[in-house]
Amino acid sequence: MSVAHGKRSIGDRAFGIVNGAILFLLMVICIYPFYYIFIYSISDANAAAAGLGVALMPVKMTLRNYQEVFKMEGMGKAAMVSALRTVIGTVGTVACSGFFAYLVTKPLYFKKTIYRLTIATMYFSSGLVPWYLTMRMYHLYNNFFVYFVPGLISAYYIILIKTFIEQLPASLEESAMLDGAGSVTIFTKIIFPLSMPIIATIAIFSAVGQWNTWFDNYILVQNKELTTLQLKLYTLLKNSSQLAEQANQTGANGGVMSHTEDLITPMAIRMTVTMVVTLPILFVYPFMQRYFVKGIMMGAIKG
Amino acid sequence: MRTKKINASRLRMTLLALPFVIYIIAFSYVPIHGWIYAFFDYRPALPLFKNEFVGLMNFRHIFEDFRNIGRVLKNTLIFFGLDILTSFIPVLLAIMLSEVKSRKFKKLVQTTTTLPYFVSWIIIYSFVFNLFSFGGLINEVLLKLNLIKEPTSIMMNLEAVYPFQTFLRLWKGSGWNAIIYLAAISGIDSELYDAASVDGAGRFMKIAHITLPGVAPTYFVLLLLSISNMLSSGLDQYLVFYNGFVAPRIEVLDYYVYKIGLMTNDYSYSIAVGITKTFISLFLLFSANAMAKKFRGESMF
Repeated sequence: MSVAHGKRSIGDRAFGIVNGAILFLLMVICIYPFYYIFIYSISDANAAAAGLGVALMPVKMTLRNYQEVFKMEGMGKAAMVSALRTVIGTVGTVACSGFFAYLVTKPLYFKKTIYRLTIATMYFSSGLVPWYLTMRMYHLYNNFFVYFVPGLISAYYIILIKTFIEQLPASLEESAMLDGAGSVTIFTKIIFPLSMPIIATIAIFSAVGQWNTWFDNYILVQNKELTTLQLKLYTLLKNSSQLAEQANQTGANGGVMSHTEDLITPMAIRMTVTMVVTLPILFVYPFMQRYFVKGIMMGAIKG
Repeated sequence: MRTKKINASRLRMTLLALPFVIYIIAFSYVPIHGWIYAFFDYRPALPLFKNEFVGLMNFRHIFEDFRNIGRVLKNTLIFFGLDILTSFIPVLLAIMLSEVKSRKFKKLVQTTTTLPYFVSWIIIYSFVFNLFSFGGLINEVLLKLNLIKEPTSIMMNLEAVYPFQTFLRLWKGSGWNAIIYLAAISGIDSELYDAASVDGAGRFMKIAHITLPGVAPTYFVLLLLSISNMLSSGLDQYLVFYNGFVAPRIEVLDYYVYKIGLMTNDYSYSIAVGITKTFISLFLLFSANAMAKKFRGESMF
């Protein structure tokens, strides 16, 4: 800690106050959009649209917006698809990357070649169109599998898990081997449980990644049945934005804002859908924080 | 020592690893075969070898297309330059956080400033859309305060593209990027601070002579690493914020590769641009690594 001991001078105190005030402001800037969307989504749509509406506090609290949003066509399904890809993708990535990383610590034939082949994938990419064409070649088009199969093995995860496994005591594994356990048993019964700290980090980052990914859906899945929540929100926003752009071109700004006395407004729908897409992240966020430092090291390897 | 005899357990484990190796080849190496398309005048719907082989024509076309390439390169490099210029902000945030005495407040600020890192660009687009568009809160407030006469939308303002998109990246990433500097600061020997206090150094003296030199190595390594990503601004952010009004400035190289490849379906030219980008990036990566070796006597990877 960089805190000086002893008496605090006036300058020191002033520094503390200014420092704290700036940090407080940053905090507000970061959190306010989340807060605003949240209070808007639980306010009465027409009351919220009037004047300054809900800048600080919800007005006429109601869950009506949420009821309406879940009545929208395909909403429930999109939520299902997003949840499924998150669960399957995370479990698959942890299992495959974990087991492969364990095998890479063993004296395999061509071990060096296998490891280099894996790590090299971090430093080059075939590019967008070759990747797109390859996915289509594998029939990963309009196919749920495209959401999780391409991410099952990641070189960064392999490095992290391998490094972790290598510092585990070798004696545990040796005694199990003497008892005649095979490598699959040793991995599931000994290595995997012992590697929980790193496995949890990877699980949480891959879950957030799965939930947030939409580009694969955007270019490789046209089937409405397989639309994810992220893309659903994107489509909704782009439709509204096109209306606004047209209005801007014709100079008729008012048209977009005029609200009829509907029970729910386009603005309220957008806000509420946004909240539905953000909520899962907000829920897991408190549990994630202990894994941050490991996570950022991951980013550093990624470069 | 290597034995010639095949060891049954080694063989078994190698066979277990085989499916994963095939997987890696299938998903990371097989896509490279797509580079062949860059040497053809490819029309989707025809099988590849029914198309005309054109040699390096698509690569030469990059120079003929300089009007577009020049524009997207300029945008890409401006965004990169702005990122470099603002890269001190996470360092500053980390230093400010490390100067906070109350643990609770420090934790609170850290928690809230890191949160934006975990939402997608679509969510951020939605925040911006709902707050900044016509009829959005920001316009309402500015109108009420008589600061503007008519509602404006920053998302459709060409002049605002560079600073605004940079601001959004800072909003999303600063808290997260500060974590690595906080780790570097907590690694500084606290005796250094005590000794400086005894010598009568004030807060700013200690920050300038102990904290800053403490985080400098981390900062420079990250800066060097970022050089190899100079041309890779990413796609998500620019794709979601794209619209007709801001197009001339928001189109970056990655967006252009996407546009000619998947929107106008000119696969061959898009792949040629992509290949060129990959080789320039690899060259930058190796140069940055060589530079790191010179400065620190060790390689980054």
